[in-house]
Amino acid sequence: MSSTPPPDATFLAPLASKAEILALFAQAPDWQEKYRQLMLLGKRFPVLANEFRVEAAQVRGCESNAWLYHRQLAGKHYFLADSDARIVKGLIGLLLAANQGLSTAEIAAFDADAYFNTLGLGGQLSPSRTNGLYALARAIKACAAAEAAGD
Amino acid sequence: MTHAQLRAQFPILEQTLADHPLCYLDTAATSQKPQCVLDAMTAYYQQDNANVHRAAHSLSARATQGYEAVRDKLQRFIKANRREEIIFTHGTTEAINLVANGLSNQLQPGDLILLDGAAHHANIVPWQMLAERCGARIKPIPLTQDCRLDEAAFDALLALKPKIVALGHVSNALGIVNPLQSLIKRAKAAGALTLVDGAQAVAHMPVDVTQLDCDFYAFSGHKMYGPTGVGVLYGRYEVLDSLTPLLTGGEMIKTVSFEATEFGALPNRLEAGTPPIAEVIGLGAAIDFLNSLPRAELQAQEQALLQHLQQQLSSIEGVHLYGAHADNLGAVAFNLADEHHQDVGILLDQQGVAVRCGHHCAMPLMQSLGLKGCCRASLGIYSNEADIARFIQALKQVKDLLL
Repeated sequence: MSSTPPPDATFLAPLASKAEILALFAQAPDWQEKYRQLMLLGKRFPVLANEFRVEAAQVRGCESNAWLYHRQLAGKHYFLADSDARIVKGLIGLLLAANQGLSTAEIAAFDADAYFNTLGLGGQLSPSRTNGLYALARAIKACAAAEAAGD
Repeated sequence: MTHAQLRAQFPILEQTLADHPLCYLDTAATSQKPQCVLDAMTAYYQQDNANVHRAAHSLSARATQGYEAVRDKLQRFIKANRREEIIFTHGTTEAINLVANGLSNQLQPGDLILLDGAAHHANIVPWQMLAERCGARIKPIPLTQDCRLDEAAFDALLALKPKIVALGHVSNALGIVNPLQSLIKRAKAAGALTLVDGAQAVAHMPVDVTQLDCDFYAFSGHKMYGPTGVGVLYGRYEVLDSLTPLLTGGEMIKTVSFEATEFGALPNRLEAGTPPIAEVIGLGAAIDFLNSLPRAELQAQEQALLQHLQQQLSSIEGVHLYGAHADNLGAVAFNLADEHHQDVGILLDQQGVAVRCGHHCAMPLMQSLGLKGCCRASLGIYSNEADIARFIQALKQVKDLLL
């Protein structure tokens, strides 16, 4: 994590809800529509200012650049992430929406595989892919666990 | 044999991915393998498997004979003068490391090493490590605006009397062919040792190391329809014999006592340990396969197909090509408008199209092009017009989605 994280308010920007996302993807008739929705979703997520796009916040295992910030506020975990690739940003958004504002136990229990399979995007969450999603899913769990351990 | 019959020898190509027929345009990363290569490796394990160069028994003799016969095939394949000039490695990367490590005692502080500005990391990093060990200096050979090696700058650098000049034969990222014959002649006249990374050349064009007159030529089996895990270092005998072995141990010795070891002769001296025997046998089958084909005719077809691909790509508005010349071999690099290469790759993958997206292990080249990365479509002997048509259609679909 960077030494100067973004202000707390940016972490609390409202994101699409998990329920809304599940509904959107269930309705998508084909892969084109799924990926169109992914990009639209990505656009709704906050943009990380250039000053925060730093190496210390970078997620490894990603061919595109992706950055992740984490905050714990009132016992809940909040994440802020961005990517310079639009589909990757949408994929990241899916993960963030499902983990935003959860407790440590809830994040530990979150099953990313099942979630992406339900969305019909199971193939994207694989350690062998270079989209960084697998690394990000691990990073989210690790951030939450580390913060909890430090409490 | 028709082209359809040739293609049918590659069983992997007959599959569908998410209801789309596989469109494999990533041969520059690794080629697919014909059935005869798979059969040769299976037959070796079923009938001849034994360690080479050791036992007095029949199986070992048969394995050794098969293994050494591939060395002879390779000697003829690249027209080396002697069979001892062919060293089996695990790939191009190991071959270049073998040379860069082997020259550690032959360089002095301040010595100069020239590297191809379009080089793959495998032809950069081993030299940097060598330079660190010896206090030598590295200078990249600049590229011109159209991504070709800048020959005027090359000559100017040669005036500095470099000790080593490491070149690519065909650029892995862009498919650009270096005018090696002339470059090597000039490098040798300046007194340099020359090494050529031929990984992207051997499958696409005939290679004659004697005519090229390079000191070293490295390539991989898996990019020429052979298996992974095997590669070749060709070295001119006198220079090859001067290398300090990278690996030491069994197979490469003449005598060993706890006080001292006397190394054996080439080629074994540079092949310590049990080699990848089945893979060497598979590579032999790949050479037989290539030799059985009308290669000149196929090369002309592949060249025409690449030009067709370049034209089709450039006819899509917003597609940028990089260093796409008519005389390139095997690959074309592109981006779609300002879209991220990874987004393009993900959406092509949804349609069964396999291309490589990234920096192509050539970060310095990407930096000189001002790019974070790009997509690369690459061709093999099995590629056909239907692949190109499918790919272009898929890319238009990607464009509709992204733009």
